[in-house]
Amino acid sequence: MKRYSVFAVAREAARYHTGWERAWKSPAPKKKYDVIIIGAGGHGLATAYYLGKNHGIRNVAIVEKGWLGGGNTGRNTTIIRSNYLQDPSAAIYEKARSLYETMSQDLNYNVMYSPRGVMMLAQTEHEVRGYLRTAHANALQGVDTRFIQPDEVKKLVPIINLDGPRYPVLGALWQARAGTARHDAVAWGYARACSDMGMDVIQQCEVTSIRQTGGKVTGVDTTKGSIDCDKLGIVVAGHSGVVADMAGFRLPIESVALQALVSEPIKPCMDVVVMANTVHGYMSQSDKGEMVIGGGADGYNNYTQRGSFHHIEETVRALVETFPMISRLKMLRQWGGIVDMTGDRSPILSKTPLEGCFINCGWGTGGFKAIPGSGWGMAELMAKGQSPLTDEFSLYRFREGKFIDESVAAGVAH
Amino acid sequence: MSTRLATGGRLVNRAQKMNFTFNGERLSGHAGDTLASALLANGKMMVGRSFKYHRPRGVVASGAEEPNALVNLGTGNRLEPNQRATTTELFEGLAATSQNHWPSLEFDIGAVNTYFSRFLPAGFYYKMFMYPRAFWKHVYEPFIRQSAGLGRAPEAHSRDEDTYEHFYAYIDVLVIGGGIAGLQAALAAGRAGAQVLLIEQTAHWGGRTPVDGGEVDGKPAAEFVEAALAELRGMKNVALRTRMMGAGVYDHGYVLAYERMSDHAPGTPGPRHRLWRLRCKQIVTATGAIERPLCFAGNDVPGVLLASALRDYAVNYGVSIGDRTVVVTNNDDAYRTAISMKEMGLEVPAIIDARAGGGGALAQQARDLGIRVETGKGIAKVKGTRRVEGVAICAQAGEGAVLDEIKCDAVAMSGGWSPVVHLWSHCGGKLDWDDAQSMFRPRASAPPTGATGEAFVIPAGSANGHLGLGDVLADADAAGRAAAQAVGATPPKTAAPQGAGPDEAPIEPVWLMPQGVDIKLRMKAWLDFQNDVKVSDVQLAAREGFESVEHAKRYTTLGMATDQGKLSNINGLAILSDALGQPIPQTGTTTFRPPYTPISMGAIAGEARGKVFQPIRRTPIQDWHEAQGAYFEPVGHWRRPYCYPQGGESHAQAVEREITQTRNSLGLLDASTLGKLVVKGPDAARFLDMLYTNMMSTLKPGRCRYGLMCSENGFLMDDGVVARIDDETFLCHTTTGGAERIHAHMEEWLQTEWWDWQVYVANVTEQYAQIGVVGPNARKVLEKLGGMDLSRETLPFMAWADGTLAGIGVRVFRISFSGELSYEIAVDASYGRALWDKLLAAGEEFGVMPYGTEALHVMRAEKGFIMIGDETDGTVIPQDLGLHWAISKKKDDFIGKRAQERSHMTDPDRWQLVGLETLDGGVLPDGAYAVAEGTNANGQRNMQGRVTSTYYSPTLKRGIAMGLVRHGPDRMGEVLEFPGTDGTTHKARIVEPVFFDKDGEKQNV
Amino acid sequence: MLILECPCCGVRGEETEFHGGGEAHIKRSGPGSSDEAFHDYLFAKENPRGVHFERWRHVYGCGKWFHAARCTQTLEVFGTYSAQTTEPPQDIKDKISARRPGWTWREFA
Repeated sequence: MKRYSVFAVAREAARYHTGWERAWKSPAPKKKYDVIIIGAGGHGLATAYYLGKNHGIRNVAIVEKGWLGGGNTGRNTTIIRSNYLQDPSAAIYEKARSLYETMSQDLNYNVMYSPRGVMMLAQTEHEVRGYLRTAHANALQGVDTRFIQPDEVKKLVPIINLDGPRYPVLGALWQARAGTARHDAVAWGYARACSDMGMDVIQQCEVTSIRQTGGKVTGVDTTKGSIDCDKLGIVVAGHSGVVADMAGFRLPIESVALQALVSEPIKPCMDVVVMANTVHGYMSQSDKGEMVIGGGADGYNNYTQRGSFHHIEETVRALVETFPMISRLKMLRQWGGIVDMTGDRSPILSKTPLEGCFINCGWGTGGFKAIPGSGWGMAELMAKGQSPLTDEFSLYRFREGKFIDESVAAGVAH
Repeated sequence: MSTRLATGGRLVNRAQKMNFTFNGERLSGHAGDTLASALLANGKMMVGRSFKYHRPRGVVASGAEEPNALVNLGTGNRLEPNQRATTTELFEGLAATSQNHWPSLEFDIGAVNTYFSRFLPAGFYYKMFMYPRAFWKHVYEPFIRQSAGLGRAPEAHSRDEDTYEHFYAYIDVLVIGGGIAGLQAALAAGRAGAQVLLIEQTAHWGGRTPVDGGEVDGKPAAEFVEAALAELRGMKNVALRTRMMGAGVYDHGYVLAYERMSDHAPGTPGPRHRLWRLRCKQIVTATGAIERPLCFAGNDVPGVLLASALRDYAVNYGVSIGDRTVVVTNNDDAYRTAISMKEMGLEVPAIIDARAGGGGALAQQARDLGIRVETGKGIAKVKGTRRVEGVAICAQAGEGAVLDEIKCDAVAMSGGWSPVVHLWSHCGGKLDWDDAQSMFRPRASAPPTGATGEAFVIPAGSANGHLGLGDVLADADAAGRAAAQAVGATPPKTAAPQGAGPDEAPIEPVWLMPQGVDIKLRMKAWLDFQNDVKVSDVQLAAREGFESVEHAKRYTTLGMATDQGKLSNINGLAILSDALGQPIPQTGTTTFRPPYTPISMGAIAGEARGKVFQPIRRTPIQDWHEAQGAYFEPVGHWRRPYCYPQGGESHAQAVEREITQTRNSLGLLDASTLGKLVVKGPDAARFLDMLYTNMMSTLKPGRCRYGLMCSENGFLMDDGVVARIDDETFLCHTTTGGAERIHAHMEEWLQTEWWDWQVYVANVTEQYAQIGVVGPNARKVLEKLGGMDLSRETLPFMAWADGTLAGIGVRVFRISFSGELSYEIAVDASYGRALWDKLLAAGEEFGVMPYGTEALHVMRAEKGFIMIGDETDGTVIPQDLGLHWAISKKKDDFIGKRAQERSHMTDPDRWQLVGLETLDGGVLPDGAYAVAEGTNANGQRNMQGRVTSTYYSPTLKRGIAMGLVRHGPDRMGEVLEFPGTDGTTHKARIVEPVFFDKDGEKQNV
Repeated sequence: MLILECPCCGVRGEETEFHGGGEAHIKRSGPGSSDEAFHDYLFAKENPRGVHFERWRHVYGCGKWFHAARCTQTLEVFGTYSAQTTEPPQDIKDKISARRPGWTWREFA
């Protein structure tokens, strides 16, 4: 792999950029791999990457029914934070956040991790107490957050309206080292690195069935033929139930549409990410200048990648109330993705009833921020059969009643 | 230079002058101008700068597809960035500034980027700026952010002075687009008697027809437009609206339409924009087509316009872009521009037709006018930087060797037409590639389908891929008829109007000009003018493996500008397909997403701003609280007094005063927000036995019982006092904000599980005001009001009685959440304030003290009573809170019982409720955790408990807290450490959670 | 933006009038049931890409719960029917069979 750098760009400029090689190869599938990952989104690619990097397992194929990074990796609002309340969540999200900090150098691909800070507004006394609790928990979890007062909120976000007649801003939970990254670049960077390690990223390759013998996985049938494997990872957010069905088990998951929108680009006016959970909306400004806005999920099962417009209305209404100056900006584009919602709204990274088959799903509205941590833990789980990062996210927790409930602190999308 | 012609301009009223400013310069136009036409009339060819290289940008189109002419419109509270000049109607006093340059439009430092453009190809930022790591945050990103962005951000404190509104309508047939196809479709559906709404995004009807001409039934097409309009206006079943755009098509026939009410006349009373939510049975998309640019070097220089736009400016506004216009095309339509120019007395030095065979009848007409027509030729390069100075022409089949140079000041380009399929596609309509016409058009067999599974969108006219006038009218007529039939109307047997135009020779696809152009010129051939994406960028993306159209789009940013690729997408797609060596349909398109063009956030938010953002629920006593200057906190949809500060008191001081006076004498609480649910019926008792963990069926009429309610998943979800009114009637109190949730919970079980049980539930929360009369003098003040016996014997603790107080009918509950002698008095809501006032008057001698939610919380904590939302958070079960006494052992079943038998729920290591007392008497921080030794496998500090409620107790003059601690009840007297977030550590001793009056002597008097 | 018809009051209303309640025809497991059965009752979802039986409440209308048969891939609504049933009425099943031959749902089809 040719390294990317300013010198490489300059060298290529001299020959009008005709010498750049493919970022990732486009191979035909082999007969057999040690590991097949279904799904070349961020989580699937990161799992493959850390299988290779941390565990030396490089005979790996990542099969993707569409184009890599084309699911929720390329549809989210790119927020990265780790100010979660419960220990298992804080652990995996903080692992992810710390890996994001060095990802550009690690992958030699600029994913533009921008630690600009994420702020979660407290707009009721109840939320104030909730975030004070999170701040205390985070201090013990090694997550750097603090509760800030309204005057500091205003200083960080001059465009905010602190005295909304309905919900005043009473403070905020502030994570200065949280931020955003370029979502597509995360998938592309991992894909390039996986390809460079000799792994096969196979796009336009839909899995049609999962083969098993004696309760153990043996391979998959795909639109590009049958492929054998020793271990199989299912990492297909939005379609987890459909693929799990092929493996013969049901999941505690429902698939719903989640929507987001961007405004037309304007000059920089907001340097941090603000989330307002009471009124259900969050906003940041991309490096391109667009205000990136997300809100709540639809309340019914849906595989269309289209949501209902009233959610957009509710979100925009909340944000016009919180940031009145956006009233005369215009919505450029809205879109939707399909997210997996689990019984406790926390993810599943787990062994399954099918031996050798592992699943990573259920990230709900918050998967992007977890990508490297999820990949790290999932790779360890698949390589060693156990990982402290994934232990608590077992599929079997729902049987025991051992939930990881983050709605305690924040009831909405993230 | 562009200028106003002496004559012409069918849309402008030359008698009415309008003054406006551009970058502070005073200019004038006419009524009927768009900002774009007015700027051009004033010779303003350059109107902005591009996004990445800050290249000079001029107007390129005349409508919604314009990517370049974006301005900051207005100032201060009315500033609107990125406003498209081509769709901005001129008004008196309009003030616009150009965007994305510093210090000025003409001298822009950022334009230096264009010299570095070779170093800044698509995706360069993914390959650079990685080292050293800290530089991204502190150096690279701030620089990139500053140079990105387009329009000016409104001031941080600006407040939109305009208003917005939402409308709903149910429509049988919605026709989107008021061009000739839309008019004909509306006519066909309207004549059939269907209810029709016809909407048009501009202020004018007829679309391109008045400019492009042709004949309908032997008469000029423009006359047909007028006649159609007259007929439509006469139909009672047809409504017509202009300045209203079909913004998006959603599932089940939902259409979002955006009506710009007063953008053309600011200050007009009423809303600025109106957002329509239309429910349509059938939608006809007569949205027309958009002309494509051609890709040649220098196609982004100001003065290069779409051929159709050039003649629009001439015919509609009487504006010429230049004196000498070179037309370059791969189809016949652009000849119309040449003919128009010539007929207006302007020069057309040449028509460069890339097709070897040239054009049809229009080409002949052009030749007859004496215009030089070059076939099989292309433009090698446009001369000039800030505006067109000439073109170099070459053989289209070659590599760009210059055959001739032609001086000109305008270039009219046409790469063919793309049907506007956005609205067809929003909700899942599929497309086919039409090779003959080089366009994507709707696939009739794969329309969007609605609630019934039937199609609900019908494309019509050029939006359906029909470009000739005759075909357009026939198709639109059929579309209108089909829509009418689909909604149950019967179209009369009339013939479709016959449209006729010149015979046109077929288009030839030309995606690159000349076809073999070298890399240096490909780096100057623009695809996306706003985002600065060139042919070379898309080719680079393909080379690097970004083979999917979505990858290429995201890697190059092609089509991601504010025009969403209306001009660039198809050209980019063709370049990508060519680079990949595959046919265009195999490459496919990116997804079309709403809105068609950007719509204001204000319109989306609608009326619900400020005080009406979300309605606030008010108790009957709310006015009094407000008059007292209470400090409120939002609780559910209510705002409850947190405390009533007096004079210069702090909130803490007010709370302390309220508590002390209540404990010593008498306090009053507006408890009206508590949920009140009546549960009634022969099976009511049985039902409540399932709903509550307690046994409610054994409760006797006249008595009250504190009950706990769990979810089926086992977690505590609500609590409250249940009063049995009679054998079949219970009154269940819920938490504030819990009434609707618990009511819904009850209904769900009644309707979906035990539907044969005879029970009904009514939420009577707002039917009653409820006042807590609390403190040692509570009974005395009520006896002063008089009317019923409230003695300990007649109304013991946990009993209730109906009666009168001060002549008002009341229901008195002898219950206590403070540990004091306490009565909660429910009264018809309309009497709430009267009773409150009487209690205040009668209580004066006792120093009656209204108290707020914080005093309520502190007093309950002093007594060790749990609070839903403090001691519970959705993960806590009653057993965690030592509430075993409230969980019936006698019942076989209740909601949550099975869940509480799961292994984690019965785990002895669960954290359990205790009291906590700091060793130094201080107050534990809210939300603090008790640490245990060591760390877990993820390196996190081990924890063994947490604070759930913590207060300063004025009664005990010390900090008190409740918390959940592992094995807590077995560890009385142990000291735990609670690290704060400020580096301090608080030590607290585990104690019983009841801090005050443990034996209940005060409440039981 | 769905349109649903409430089978109780007959109103054909906007999605915003209704509240989705997840999968329908789930049999309650109470005390005495196995961990497995109780887990499946609360958490295991069909979540198909295709025919879905689901619960809705006409929350801003008559307040009644009802069931809908809907396609999660096209959002086509095959019909709505009473919530007081343990499986869909025959006419709804027939309608689905006509539109989606071969559909299945747990024990019935």
